[in-house]
Amino acid sequence: MNPEGYFIAGACLCLFSAIVSLFPIPRTKTHVYLLSLSGSLCFLTFGLHLLFLPPRDLVSIPVSTFFEFAFRGDPLSGFFVLLISLLAAVVSIYSIGYTKSLKNQGLMGFLFSLFILSMFAVVLSGNVFTFLVSWETMSMVSYFLVTFDRDETSSKAGLIYAVMTHMGTAFIIALFLILYKETGSMDFAEMKTRSAQIPDLLKHVIFVFAMIGFGTKAGIVPLHTWLPRAHPTAPSNISALMSGVMIKTGIYGLIRVVLDIAGPGPEWWGMTVIIIGAVSSILGVLYALMEHDIKRLLAYHSVENIGIILLGIGASMTFQSHELFALSAIALAAGLYHTLNHALFKGLLFLGAGSVMHAVHTRNMEEMGGLIKSMPYTGLFFLIGSISICALPPFNGFVSEWMTYQSLLLGFESPSIVSKIVSPLGGAALALTGALAAACFVKAFGITFLGMPRSRHAEEAKESSPSMTAAMGILALLCLLFGIFPGLVVNLTSTVSFPLTGSTGIVSGLGFLRIEGSSTAVSPAAILITMAVMLSAALVFFLALRRKKKTVYADSWDCGIPALTPRMQYTATAFSKPIRLIFKRIYLPRRELKVSYIVKPFFVRSIRYSSEITPFFERYIYEPATGFIQRVAGKVRLLQSGSLHLYLGYILVTLILLLLFGT
Amino acid sequence: MAYFQFLIILLLSPLLQGFIKKLKARMQGRVGPGLLQPYYDLIRLFRKEMVLSRVASWIFKAAPFIVFVSTLTASMMVPVITTQSLFGMMGDVIAFIYILAAGRFFMALAGLDAGTSFGGEGSSREMTVAILVEPMMMLCLFTAAISAGSTNIAGIAETQRLLYSPSHILALSAFIVAVIAETGRIPVDNPDTHLELTMIHEGMILEYSGPYLALMEWAHDMKQMLLFTLTMDIFFPLGMATGAGFFSLAVSLVIFILKMLLMGSLMAWVESSRAKMRFFQLPSLLESAFVLAFLSLLTYIMMGK
Repeated sequence: MNPEGYFIAGACLCLFSAIVSLFPIPRTKTHVYLLSLSGSLCFLTFGLHLLFLPPRDLVSIPVSTFFEFAFRGDPLSGFFVLLISLLAAVVSIYSIGYTKSLKNQGLMGFLFSLFILSMFAVVLSGNVFTFLVSWETMSMVSYFLVTFDRDETSSKAGLIYAVMTHMGTAFIIALFLILYKETGSMDFAEMKTRSAQIPDLLKHVIFVFAMIGFGTKAGIVPLHTWLPRAHPTAPSNISALMSGVMIKTGIYGLIRVVLDIAGPGPEWWGMTVIIIGAVSSILGVLYALMEHDIKRLLAYHSVENIGIILLGIGASMTFQSHELFALSAIALAAGLYHTLNHALFKGLLFLGAGSVMHAVHTRNMEEMGGLIKSMPYTGLFFLIGSISICALPPFNGFVSEWMTYQSLLLGFESPSIVSKIVSPLGGAALALTGALAAACFVKAFGITFLGMPRSRHAEEAKESSPSMTAAMGILALLCLLFGIFPGLVVNLTSTVSFPLTGSTGIVSGLGFLRIEGSSTAVSPAAILITMAVMLSAALVFFLALRRKKKTVYADSWDCGIPALTPRMQYTATAFSKPIRLIFKRIYLPRRELKVSYIVKPFFVRSIRYSSEITPFFERYIYEPATGFIQRVAGKVRLLQSGSLHLYLGYILVTLILLLLFGT
Repeated sequence: MAYFQFLIILLLSPLLQGFIKKLKARMQGRVGPGLLQPYYDLIRLFRKEMVLSRVASWIFKAAPFIVFVSTLTASMMVPVITTQSLFGMMGDVIAFIYILAAGRFFMALAGLDAGTSFGGEGSSREMTVAILVEPMMMLCLFTAAISAGSTNIAGIAETQRLLYSPSHILALSAFIVAVIAETGRIPVDNPDTHLELTMIHEGMILEYSGPYLALMEWAHDMKQMLLFTLTMDIFFPLGMATGAGFFSLAVSLVIFILKMLLMGSLMAWVESSRAKMRFFQLPSLLESAFVLAFLSLLTYIMMGK
C-alpha cells in the first residue's frame, strides 16, 4: 500500500470508530477501542513512511473557491504523527478496561476517537484553514473531555481551559493573518518559500504571537494555569493523551512557524525560548512538589518537561541564528527526542495514576500507601515511569536530557557573549530541575506505593484489569528500549532536523551517541550491560555468602513504643516541607496552627495544622486581570439597560450617523 | 590491568574511610579505631543474620544492590590511575552524576519503604540536600567541560587547561563543598550519629541490618572515594598516567594514593574543626558555593582561563 493509503485507512478507521461508538448496542465499547487502535497503527506506519520520504501533498478537498482542506506530510509532521499514534494506540488498549466503569461509555468512545483524529489532522495540515479547523476541533473535543464528569470542579476547569485556549487561538489566527498578508498565501509550503519577503519587525511580532499562542497550548509559564486544572479532571486515559501528546501540538506549531516558516530569526528569539524553558521547567517542578493530588502533580510535571523541550529548541534557534547548523541539529534532536520521551513516560504515569485512582477512589496521595503489594504490576510500571521522568540511566529520559545538556554546553561555541552565559545557566537550571524532579518522584512513588496503607480503600486496593496493565507494560518497555538504543530515535529525529538545519551533528550507533568532532559520547547500552554484569556478580557473591543464614521478619523500628500505625508515617506534605521552606520566596507559604488545651499549656487536646502555598500567577496575574475585565464589562453593561426605547434610540442614532458619514 | 582500575576503588575505599576516622580521632585527642576497622565491620555485617521489616516491599531488598551496583558502575567511568580504559567511551561526567543520582533515588525510596518517620525524614532531607548540591556541582563540571571541549572525564583529565587559573580555583572550592555534602560529612551531615534530629544518611538506612547494611555502607565508602577521585581527575590530573605501561601505572598509583591521603586529611580537618550546621542553615552554605561555581564559569567566559 502506498503511504496515502495508510493515511486514508487510518482516518477512516478513527472516524468509523467514533460513529459506531454512538450506537447504543453493544453496551461495552471494546470494539470502538480496537478500531481506534487499528486506526492508530495505520497512522504509525504512515508516520514512519513520512519520515523517510520527501514532503508530499496527501489529500485536498475544496470547500469553497477560497478555502480547501489540504493535508500535507513532511518529516516534521511524520515525527509528530508517530508520537501521537504510538501513545494513541497504547491508550486505546488501556481504555478497553478503564472505560468499563464510566458512565456514558458511548460518548466517551466518540470523543476519544475524534480527539485522536483531530490531533493527527493538526500535525498534517497543509494550509492555514485546515490547521485552524483541526486546532479548534481538538480544543473543543478536549474541552468536552475535561468536563466529562460534569461536576463543579470539572466545569470550572473546563471554563478556564476554554477561555485560555481561545485566547491562544486568537494569537495564532493573528499570526497567520500577518503571514498571509505578507506572503499572499495560505499554504504552509508557499509561505515558507516566500518568507524572506517578511519585514523584520513583523517577523518579531510573529515570533511573539507564536510563543503566546502555541505556548498556551504547550503550557509554558505563565500561560500554564489551565493545565494543572484541566488535565487532572479529565478521565485518566484522556489525561494521558492530553499531557502526553496534545500539548505537544503546541511544540509542533512552534517549530513549524518559528523554525520552518519564519525562521531563522535573530539571537534573542532563541535566548527568549531558553529562558522561558528554564523558568517553566523550574517552576513547573517546584509547584509539582507541593501537590499531593497525584494527577495535579503529574500535570505540573508536564509544564516542567515542556520547559526542558524548549531548552533544546531554544538552543537550536540560537545556533541557527549564528549559522552553526551542526550544533543546531543536535539541539533540535534533543528537543524532539525529549518530546517523544515525555509522551511515553508521562502517558505511562497518567495511566498508572488512573489505575491507582480506579483502585483507591481518590486522587489524594495522603490516603494511599503500600499499594506496591496489592498492585505489583502497576507499581513496577509506575516506578519505571518515575525513573524515566527523573532522567536516570538507563531509561529514555536520561538520553534526551543528556543531549539537552550537550546542546546547552555547546552554546559556548557561539560567538555571542550572551549566549555563552545564558546557555550554561540553562544547563544549571536543567540540573536543578532534575534534582527537584527526583525529589518529587521519590515522594510520588514512595508515598503512594510504599509503606503502610493510609486508608481503608488503600488496604482493599486490587490490581487493575489485564488490558490496563498490558498498556502500561508496553510503555514501560518502550521507555527502556528508547533509553538503551538511542540510535533508533536519533535516526528518526535527524530526518526531521536535516531539512530544517541542513546537518545532523550527532553520530549514533544502535547503543551510543557521540557529538561530531568531539570525544563527548555516551553509551546507555554499555551502562546497562555493565550494570547487569555487576549486578549478577554482586548477587552471586551475596548468595554464596548467605547460604544457610536465616532472615528474620520483624516490625519496623518503633523506638520501643509498640504498634506503629500508618498515621505515624511520613506524609507527602512532611516530605516536601524542607523544600517549601527553602523556596519560600517562590511559594509564599502560609501556615496555621490551632491548638486546643485541656490544661494550658501542658495537656493538649488537639492540634490542627494547615499550610498552603500562594498560587502566585493565579493570585497576582490572573485574578487582577479577570477582576479588571469584569469591572469593564460591568461598565459596558450600562448600554444594555433592557429598555426597548433606548435600543430603538441606538438604531436611530446609528442610522443618522450612517446617512451623514456613510455616503 | 588498566581495565581493572575500578578495583582500586572497590577494595581500597574502606581503607580510606578507616584513615579518615583514625586521623579525625587523633586530631580530637583520641586513639581511635584501627585503620582496618571498616573491613572488620563489613565482614562482621556480612556474617550476621538479617532482620527485615514486615512492612517493607521488594524495593527495600533491591535497593542495596542497586545502590551498590550503580556506585560500582560509576567507578568504572572515572580514570583512577590512567586515562586509558575500556570504558572510556561511557566515561561521561553527566552520565556519572546521573548514575549516582539513580543510587540515591533508590536509597531514598528504601527510606520510605519501612513506613517509619526516621526513614521518611532521612529521605526527605537527602533529596533536599541533593537539590541544592546538584546544580552547583554541575556548574563546576561545566566550567571544566567547556574548557576541555568535552564532557568525557578522561578527556577532561587529559586536556586540563584550567590549572591554577582563577576559574579553576573558584570551581574547585565550590566542588569541595559539593563533595562534603555528597559524602554526608560535617557540616552538612554527621556520619557518626544516630540522633533522630540530625541524621540524614543514617536515617534512610536505619532499617537495614546485616549484609544489606554492609552493601549500603560499602557503597557509601566507595562513593566517597569516587568523588575524591573525580575531584582529582578534573582539578588535579597532574601525575596521572595516560598510557598503560607498567612503570607509569606504578608511579601513577603512588601519586593517586598520596592524593587520596591529602583529600582524606582535608576532610578529617574540616570535620574536626567545624560543628554541624542546622539543617535550614545549609541553603546559605550551598548557595554561596553555587555563587562561587557561577563566578567560576563567568570568569572563564570573560577571561578565557
